[in-house]
Amino acid sequence: MSLKIVVLAKQVPDTRNVGKDAMTEEGTVNRAALPAIFNPEDLNALEMALHIKDIVPQTEVYVLTMGPARAGEIVRQSLYRGADGGYVISDRKVAGSDTLATSYTISQGVKKLGKVDLVLAGRQAIDGDTAQVGPQTAEKLNMPQITYAEQVLFVDNEKIRIKRRLERGVEEVECQFPCMITVGSSAPECRFPIAKQVMKYKNAINKAEAEEKGIDCEKLFAAKPYLEIGLWSAADVEAEDNRIGLSGSPTKVKKIENVVLTVKESVNVEPTDENLDALVKDLIASHIIG
Amino acid sequence: MGNFFTDNERLKFHLHNDMMKEIIRLKERDYADKDKYDFAPESYEDAIDSYEKVLEIVGEITADVLAENAKDVDIEGPKIEDNAIVYAKGTQRNHEALRDAGLYGMSLPRQYGGLNFSYVPYVMAAEIVSRGDCGFANIWGLQDCAETIYEFGSEEIKNEYLPRINKGATCSMDLTEPDAGSDLQAVRLKATYDEQAGVWRLNGVKRFITNGDADIKLVLARSEEGTTDGRGLSYFVYDRNNKAVTVRRIENKLGIKGSPTAELVFNNAPAQIVGDRKLGLIKYVMSLMNGARLGVGAQSVGLAEAAYREAVKYANEREQFGKPIANFAQVYEMLGNMRAKTDAIRTLLYETARQVDMYKSLDAISRERKLSVEEKQLLKSYSRLADALTPMLKLFSSEYANQIAYDCIQVHGGSGFMKDYACERMYRDARILTIYEGTSQLQVVAAIKGVTSGIYAARIKEYEAVEVSGELASMRQELIKMRERYEAAVEKAKELGTSSEAFDFVSRRLVEMAGYLVMTNLLVNDAARNDIFTRSARIMTKLSQSEIEKAAVYIDNFDANILEDYKSIL
Repeated sequence: MSLKIVVLAKQVPDTRNVGKDAMTEEGTVNRAALPAIFNPEDLNALEMALHIKDIVPQTEVYVLTMGPARAGEIVRQSLYRGADGGYVISDRKVAGSDTLATSYTISQGVKKLGKVDLVLAGRQAIDGDTAQVGPQTAEKLNMPQITYAEQVLFVDNEKIRIKRRLERGVEEVECQFPCMITVGSSAPECRFPIAKQVMKYKNAINKAEAEEKGIDCEKLFAAKPYLEIGLWSAADVEAEDNRIGLSGSPTKVKKIENVVLTVKESVNVEPTDENLDALVKDLIASHIIG
Repeated sequence: MGNFFTDNERLKFHLHNDMMKEIIRLKERDYADKDKYDFAPESYEDAIDSYEKVLEIVGEITADVLAENAKDVDIEGPKIEDNAIVYAKGTQRNHEALRDAGLYGMSLPRQYGGLNFSYVPYVMAAEIVSRGDCGFANIWGLQDCAETIYEFGSEEIKNEYLPRINKGATCSMDLTEPDAGSDLQAVRLKATYDEQAGVWRLNGVKRFITNGDADIKLVLARSEEGTTDGRGLSYFVYDRNNKAVTVRRIENKLGIKGSPTAELVFNNAPAQIVGDRKLGLIKYVMSLMNGARLGVGAQSVGLAEAAYREAVKYANEREQFGKPIANFAQVYEMLGNMRAKTDAIRTLLYETARQVDMYKSLDAISRERKLSVEEKQLLKSYSRLADALTPMLKLFSSEYANQIAYDCIQVHGGSGFMKDYACERMYRDARILTIYEGTSQLQVVAAIKGVTSGIYAARIKEYEAVEVSGELASMRQELIKMRERYEAAVEKAKELGTSSEAFDFVSRRLVEMAGYLVMTNLLVNDAARNDIFTRSARIMTKLSQSEIEKAAVYIDNFDANILEDYKSIL
């Protein structure tokens, strides 16, 4: 009676609080001006994993992230909420990866974790908004996938039933493990950090972070092995060089344009039922709402 | 996405007081738990870091959950269903969020599932929670009861009840009865020993019981048949699972509507005795009451902070005569006084919490091993100081919270009188603070000993001895003159005879004079360490000056014959 769950999570710049310094002059994201946060929908995915852990005894939840050493913070934040462990894939070679290269690298990481029953991820990250990494990872792992998950309706050792939130309604689907699920923002919000977990794991660290901060982690890990956050290179997850980073990414950014929205015209609508009806239909027709 | 801990730099300042090193060392018994529990600290720095991280969780939950639910909770309130109290939906969510984050049992030892936090961070958490929802602070704050069980209960009782606290079992302390309010010696609820079942049985009525349908109840009851005073009362613990208490009604209150206040009927309810017979009121309730008063202090400061922030926000947004109303002298005077008063009661709150911390730890250690002579002396002096500062804190913080909530509505003008703004709720919530856990009048009765014994004067002189420079030194000089004025007034009042009705009549003035001196001297010393307090220190120095002068003039010209006018005018 147990499940092994891997949650894919990403550290992203907080694009929800964009100020005037959010973009560089070259039109790329100015990461220095935006705080790095846990991608919001990945938190929904983590919550779903922890919820399943609450239901199915002895379930283990691991978090896997890819990024610079400081992405260890994603693993710490997960440990604070009840995850059992986590790994950071960090390697200069993976820099510049598009969704294809990223999902390849991530899927290699999942494979390294051995037999996994369920892979969970947020629907999309707020910095790229592609929603591609989850589904592509499922393909590479040869797992069936359920996207836009909102709620776990049933789960046991063998299978899971999920309510999906779709554009025009909801759908209930059931799937045998192993499978992959991407979770949307309508799913329950992630639980808060737990006091004792925070005190236990606040010094958890990966080797690269420790090196940056000048901390002797060998001694630390020897005394308290649970404080080690796994750190993997591309080689550690057996990723082939030509499939990762820039060389493994067919997507090339051709041009980035700053779009400034300006008011061009305004319409006065008399507040009658007919006018409001017409206005709403107009807005739907022009894809502004709906 | 707010955080009521990280958005208030004043909290961090008080958390990092110099005394914390010793407080934590004692609480942690020289960090003895470090190899036993993976979340126990191994050093002072480690402990303080953990305090901050946990307070961040409290701050996040309070801002995102409690404060968000406060309005709905105020409207919905609790109800009775199938003889049980059902919290408002928001209250239930508040409770679950704090329970799931492991924030109950904060000060309990780790062996009982607690976090073993010292009082200062625990009180700080209470302040933060109160800023989000003053009423909910009662439900969360009643975990204080666990402290009493821990201090006075048998091993068996401790093992049975304490581990449930961290898992979210709620508590209540059942003292008040229809004819026993301020005068608890008149408690009548009957406790009889049931030889056959080997338990005590409780029969009778309790009234105005906060969180009356709690999982774990501490009940004051008359165990000695035929007695009529406090010496016939003992303390009992009752488990809700026994289903032997009926909730007769929930009171319809002016404020703190989320916190259910119930009338209860005990029907042969099985209970276990806590500690020794006959010590219920004279020892245990007094101890619990001091904790509860400290809790009301935290609640008052939290509410004051919330009301101040509401007022400032509104005053900056609202424009009249072409500019924000915060720019008008009469408005910014109110706002500045609110800020200064909040800083004043907060520094008194943590000063009191530190003394409680020291004596509680030493007291707990005295139950584990024999204290050295020096430690015994320390225990005594900290406990005396805590006993003196606690009623002063309860008096000033609750009265100030009311003044600040009152001014908050004033700043809002006509809008403040409408239900659209949070300030009207805060105003209603504040009103109970000067009443429960001992009215302001009873706090004066408790605090006046500190005036006559000279404890306050001595402590004020200790604050004066802290070296400050520049402008703060001149504030200090003014405060020294005020202290002399206070001491002269005390001497003058003593001429009335300290046990006379006339002395009783002027005693509030004396306690308040001491209070101004304690708070303002503390603020000056805070300002010496951090400039954010300088303005508040200056404002409070001027306020204290006029208030102390006012009281001194009254006492200088006091004629005891006026008591007759007060009595005969009725």
